[in-house]
Amino acid sequence: MRHTRMTTLAAMVAGSGLLLTACGSAGGGPSTASGKISDDKIVLAVLNDQSGVYKDLSGPNSVEAVKMAVEDWKAKHKDDAVSKNIEVVTADHQNKPDIANTKAQELYDRQKADIILDVPTSSAALAVATQAKTKKKVYINIGAGTTALTGAQCNKYTFHWAYDTYMLAHGTGATLTKNGGKNWNVVYPDYAFGQDMTKSFDGQVTAAGGTVGQKIPTPFPNDNFATYITKAATGNPNVIGTMHAGGDLINFVKQYNQAGISDQIKLAVGLMFITDIHSLGADQFKGVTFTDAWYWNFDEQNRKWADKFQEKTKTRPSFAHAANYSAAFNYLEAVQEAGSDTGDDVVAKLEGKKINDVFLRNGEVRKGDHRVIHDVYLAEVKPQSEVKEEWDYEKIVATIPAAEAFKPEAESGCSM
Amino acid sequence: MSAFIQYTLQGLATGGFYALAALGLAVIFGVMGVVNFSHGAMYMLGAVGSAVLLDVADVPFWGALVIVPILLFLFGILVERLLVRWLLGLDPLYNFLLTFGLTLLIVDLVKRRYGVSGLPYQLPAGLEGRINLGGLSLSSYQLFAAFFSVVLCVAVWLLLTKTRIGMIVRASTEDAERTRALGINVGRWVTPVFGFGIALAGVAGVLAAPFRAITADMGSNFIIILFAVVVIGGLGSILGAVVAGFLVGLVEAYGQAYAPSFAQVLIFVLMAAVVLVRPAGLFGREEAS
Repeated sequence: MRHTRMTTLAAMVAGSGLLLTACGSAGGGPSTASGKISDDKIVLAVLNDQSGVYKDLSGPNSVEAVKMAVEDWKAKHKDDAVSKNIEVVTADHQNKPDIANTKAQELYDRQKADIILDVPTSSAALAVATQAKTKKKVYINIGAGTTALTGAQCNKYTFHWAYDTYMLAHGTGATLTKNGGKNWNVVYPDYAFGQDMTKSFDGQVTAAGGTVGQKIPTPFPNDNFATYITKAATGNPNVIGTMHAGGDLINFVKQYNQAGISDQIKLAVGLMFITDIHSLGADQFKGVTFTDAWYWNFDEQNRKWADKFQEKTKTRPSFAHAANYSAAFNYLEAVQEAGSDTGDDVVAKLEGKKINDVFLRNGEVRKGDHRVIHDVYLAEVKPQSEVKEEWDYEKIVATIPAAEAFKPEAESGCSM
Repeated sequence: MSAFIQYTLQGLATGGFYALAALGLAVIFGVMGVVNFSHGAMYMLGAVGSAVLLDVADVPFWGALVIVPILLFLFGILVERLLVRWLLGLDPLYNFLLTFGLTLLIVDLVKRRYGVSGLPYQLPAGLEGRINLGGLSLSSYQLFAAFFSVVLCVAVWLLLTKTRIGMIVRASTEDAERTRALGINVGRWVTPVFGFGIALAGVAGVLAAPFRAITADMGSNFIIILFAVVVIGGLGSILGAVVAGFLVGLVEAYGQAYAPSFAQVLIFVLMAAVVLVRPAGLFGREEAS
């Protein structure tokens, strides 16, 4: 009994100590004056899925990518760096909007984060955008697909760096239709992302002169697609589009390959990461067309960066990893130019900036809606026989120029 | 009409697989009275096991079909000896919670070791093609999986009802005290039953590897459907699990074809309807109160 009381007491003392420290630093307060670095340090926070379905395609390795950006930036600026004190912190939002919301507050307020990066899962991404707006701090989204981030729910502090549903639908839908795939059937998971993607694809295919015959919803998650596939093959389509992701996508593709229709009907995948191909093997995906924001083996510049990334992580980067690197590096550049890490100052430097780096080709941070536009790629998965090394899965069929790849600024519906 | 027959065929093929997957669950409940929630995780281990064997030791599908169930049998025995047996005398809820905890543990360990995006696996050699009958066609693998499942289900049913081993096992669980008095070592017979049920989950996992995503989470959704199958068939009834397996397969196929977004809901509507009319399931024995 005595022992327990002592422990409780000790815990209370320790607890109040922590409380005091927290108050102490809060009392110091962030300096809001321009031309200063708040708390004498720049804090980059990566908020993403550290243990769930999106762990492999972004997750902990995106934190590594951000750390690489910090190293490279320090090496570039050496003595003239606006601050040598740069921290990278991270939190797991488990793909849940409520957790993302609390974590974002915690990162901005308690951990003194000057920027939040990544945030996959659209609902979580939008929750963080609201926090960025209230706290007036920078937020660069990479992992989520929703166009609302730069549309109806855009704000001054939120940027969208890598991809969105419009870009995927335009790249895959419009290009395949123009190349002769006029009749489409679409199978999609019956929740927000799937419905969104289907709407986008429908629009793009129709605009390019094609038609979407059947739109077949499936439960989510789901592992038996046999009859959905049989149904999707009726009506002689040229293309079947699937809007599934992760495990459902793998289930779909495996069963599609066994349905014996892959010779006559082309399979188009709405959203796919290189980690999906890696996990299923190139042969299962061979011939599948999709839009990629970046591919590690595209040219010498990408390859060099991918080699460095592989040294640290023992794996090849997905486009999300490269985009996190690019976003972190260019954020630090903007801080350097502004001589301050205050949200408004950095935003002013980022807006309208034209960037060419390892991830962004012909990149531009659009001023009006903060959509970051850049060249994207229509890719086809190689058969295993043409794969020369591990992760060498993609053949880039076409480069879609930055100006065409994303929704025109005038149509974004964003007013800040 | 030919489309309808095609859907029916697909439903039957899926049904055979469901029957086998649910069989181990029915055996363990029927013999031991344990509701094994970890069945989905064991099914996952079966699939992951075959992918790992292929990757590490180049063991093909046919080899995995033998090795994986043996490994899972041993693992099942370990689980029964160390954990399950201590709770056998208590309310079934305790073992339900135990196996639920076990599931979380196994799934997370697999995630830690093999990541979340899944492992690659190809169709076994010789079963890549399709079999065509008139205007209808089914993948040879699907047909093989269904046929193999049904044969195994019948074999297990015969083993438990028509052989001496089956009789001893059933006697041991029905009335352990009296069976022991007849000179039978009850403990020796009950432990392997659990191992056997787990091995059956493993077989289903190996069969699933070529046509389903092999991820740590593959069992989490599947176990719910399996519970629907055993509840419809009658908890613990092997014949029930088989019939209900086919029934669920068919309902799902027709649902996917004619009411796509309700395909999964329909299974549970069927379950609710069956339980309303026959609370013990189609082939379950009514408990004497």
